[in-house]
Amino acid sequence: MPKITIDGTEHEVDAGMTILQACEQAGKEVPRFCYHDRLSIAGNCRMCLVQMERSPKPVASCAMPVADGMVVYTDTPEVKKMRQGVMEFLLINHPLDCPICDQGGECDLQDQAMAYGMDHGRYKENKRAVEDKHMGPLIKTIMTRCIHCTRCVRFSTEVAGVTDMGLIGRGENAEIVTYLDQAVSSELSGNVIDLCPVGALTSKPYAFAARPWELKKTESVDVSDAQGCAIRVDSRGPEVMRVLPRLNEDVNEEWISDKTRYCVDGLKRQRLDQPYVRVKGKLQPATWPEAFAAVAKAIKGKQGSEIAAIAGDLADCESMLVLKELMVGLGSTNMDCRQDGSKVDPAQRASYIFNSTIAGIEDADALLIVGANPRWEAPVLNARIRKRYLMGKFPIAAIGPAIDLSYPVDWLGEDADILAQIAAGTHPFAEILKTAERPMIIVGSGAVARPDGAAVLGLARQAADAAGAVTADWNGFNVLQRAASRVGGLDLGFVPGEGGMDTGRILDGAATGAVKVIYLLGADEIDTKDLDKPFVIYQGHHGDAGAHVADVILPGAAYTEKDATYVNLEGRVQRGQLAVYPPGDAREDWKIIRALSDTLNATLPYTTLADVRRGLVKANPVFQGIDDIQAAPWGEFGTTGEVSGAFTYPIANFYMTDPISRASATMAECTDEILGGGEGKTGTDG
Amino acid sequence: MSFIGQSAKALFLKELVAGMALTLKYFTKPKVTLNYPYEKGPLSPRFRGEHALRRYPNGEERCIACKLCEAICPAQAITIEAEPRDDGSRRTTRYDIDMVKCIYCGYCEEACPVDAIVEGPNFEYATETREELLYDKDKLLANGDRWETELAERLRADAPYR
Repeated sequence: MPKITIDGTEHEVDAGMTILQACEQAGKEVPRFCYHDRLSIAGNCRMCLVQMERSPKPVASCAMPVADGMVVYTDTPEVKKMRQGVMEFLLINHPLDCPICDQGGECDLQDQAMAYGMDHGRYKENKRAVEDKHMGPLIKTIMTRCIHCTRCVRFSTEVAGVTDMGLIGRGENAEIVTYLDQAVSSELSGNVIDLCPVGALTSKPYAFAARPWELKKTESVDVSDAQGCAIRVDSRGPEVMRVLPRLNEDVNEEWISDKTRYCVDGLKRQRLDQPYVRVKGKLQPATWPEAFAAVAKAIKGKQGSEIAAIAGDLADCESMLVLKELMVGLGSTNMDCRQDGSKVDPAQRASYIFNSTIAGIEDADALLIVGANPRWEAPVLNARIRKRYLMGKFPIAAIGPAIDLSYPVDWLGEDADILAQIAAGTHPFAEILKTAERPMIIVGSGAVARPDGAAVLGLARQAADAAGAVTADWNGFNVLQRAASRVGGLDLGFVPGEGGMDTGRILDGAATGAVKVIYLLGADEIDTKDLDKPFVIYQGHHGDAGAHVADVILPGAAYTEKDATYVNLEGRVQRGQLAVYPPGDAREDWKIIRALSDTLNATLPYTTLADVRRGLVKANPVFQGIDDIQAAPWGEFGTTGEVSGAFTYPIANFYMTDPISRASATMAECTDEILGGGEGKTGTDG
Repeated sequence: MSFIGQSAKALFLKELVAGMALTLKYFTKPKVTLNYPYEKGPLSPRFRGEHALRRYPNGEERCIACKLCEAICPAQAITIEAEPRDDGSRRTTRYDIDMVKCIYCGYCEEACPVDAIVEGPNFEYATETREELLYDKDKLLANGDRWETELAERLRADAPYR
């Protein structure tokens, strides 16, 4: 390991590190604009200059690898003067429009100008003006502010895997462009806003809305997909202003998807803020006691087997536990948290979680994707796969309709039969999986929700066994869930009990009249055409499909409005926190069910959130370890049987997958411009 | 002796005469009081009175919703909401000052990068109800229009010392 002297103290650092990283490790702060931990090194802002002995010129520390015996100074007056010079150059063309800039208050250039800026400029010449570029409905550009650090270009080409952005021109004429003046076609495009060290790229929906110092920051987790990305909810008063990513190396590094970031304006629209009761075919506003009385009247005299419950994609673990116990108290075993009809085996935890873990993707050395579109079902996880692909020696094959996943994929075909061939070892890719040390198989949630899903699951397990994907320290079998509530619901056993009905049979029962009362806990993704016959109780936060057919609506809280537990797709138990209070008469979900249990004379033994959380641990010990994963034991699951027919992907529109994003105006704009805009329009259009 | 002296003082009304002499002395001196509503004392250009939002000579409002005044206000009397105007520029949709909370420190005026919010020379805005002292953007802009000549003169006079 090379020894390097930084400001007079000797440090031993890893070979291959840059001086900047070594300084960081030694606790010396080096200012920088273009350097970023997760991007390639560009070395074009020159802010990180340091002084090095026996070097005639200052060196850019971000681009200089350490060598044994280097003597580096980061805090001499010369260094300060060099950096002041660089800062002065950067400010030649940077407009001093901080008061109207949305980056104001959280701007790297602003902060570093406090340390290295001069109190006045020496340049009287006109500043350069650059035309703003159109980058779609999410990113607002004010390109005059750009300092050409190229972080955005490197992010989009390296992490997001799209070549939509670039730097053209030289010197004074250099410009960041999206070549064709089009929206950046990536699900991660919003991250360039966080990366931009100045206010050149800012959030369009959040434009001029608030200043960073007015916002209350709440650390929480995301529910727009099953990955459970770490987020920070910024709120002002009763309003969620924006969502930013939080660092979590094991889950999302520091990226979040555009849906996570921008769907929050949906939290203000279409909200259920008071109870409703259907009177003479019309939903009428009601009070809580009236709503509860209506529910009690409907349930009175019904047998347990005539009552059913379905939990939706955004339900939290607390409310699912309390609802499950209420159903048990009413004598019903008809409940399901798999509203897509998934055939995963609730008894075998390994059959429904992402066993390899998200961080584990980087250790894998071969990948088979079965009927999944990770780019839409878990965009940040897809970026992890791309990161592994960029490390090299990572054959990726997929079964399903060919799409652009942002990395090269060997498309084996669409038919499920190919999976059977791989499981039997007769397909050439089976050999690749077998020779790999740590092969991975990712099964899509859509693939196991088919009528023959249980057989697909069995075949995938066979394929994993045949490839040697399950060893003592590696489990390469993964199911890519796409709903935030799914793993938690399965962990809690929110599934049909003995003689109980699953989602499909509950809906059939509703049509035939076998099910008379249905409790929908935020379930909107089901076929509601037959739900006009039974008495439907809808508890949720948005007036979506479920609320339209409801006979009683109990207004609940969205994910930013409650302290709740979620389990992400790899089985990691995470806690979301209350950022703002639910609107109007809406209440936290578990409290509603608890209060309802009183009215139904089936009082549940919970009075505080701590009680419910103790109940979670009692129901399943995995809830003990917050932010922790417990490896699931490998076992037999899935069935054997014929599989046939092409795989299809479950998500038709990435930007609208849940009640919140369907209510969001920003997501509607994205749907229009990024997904639908290309078709039927020619170059002269607009 | 003291009895004779006191009797003489009382008889000749010495204290009354002394008092009247004092009265007469000030009666002839120049007056220091003002006939307030009709006469007013001089005001420093730095006087911090009623707030106003100014406009540019072309009629465009100056305020750009940077929210620095809101941030610096020690009494948290200012509330601002902003959004892009139709032409894309940054403007406030709401600019409220709670004149009851305000402590007239003048920090808002100092923080303002465009001289939009100013404290003018007007101090005669007493109201009959509290609610009238909750100023909104229209009221502040109207103030600015009404006082613009004096506000501009005031800023000009103080400019060398800023």
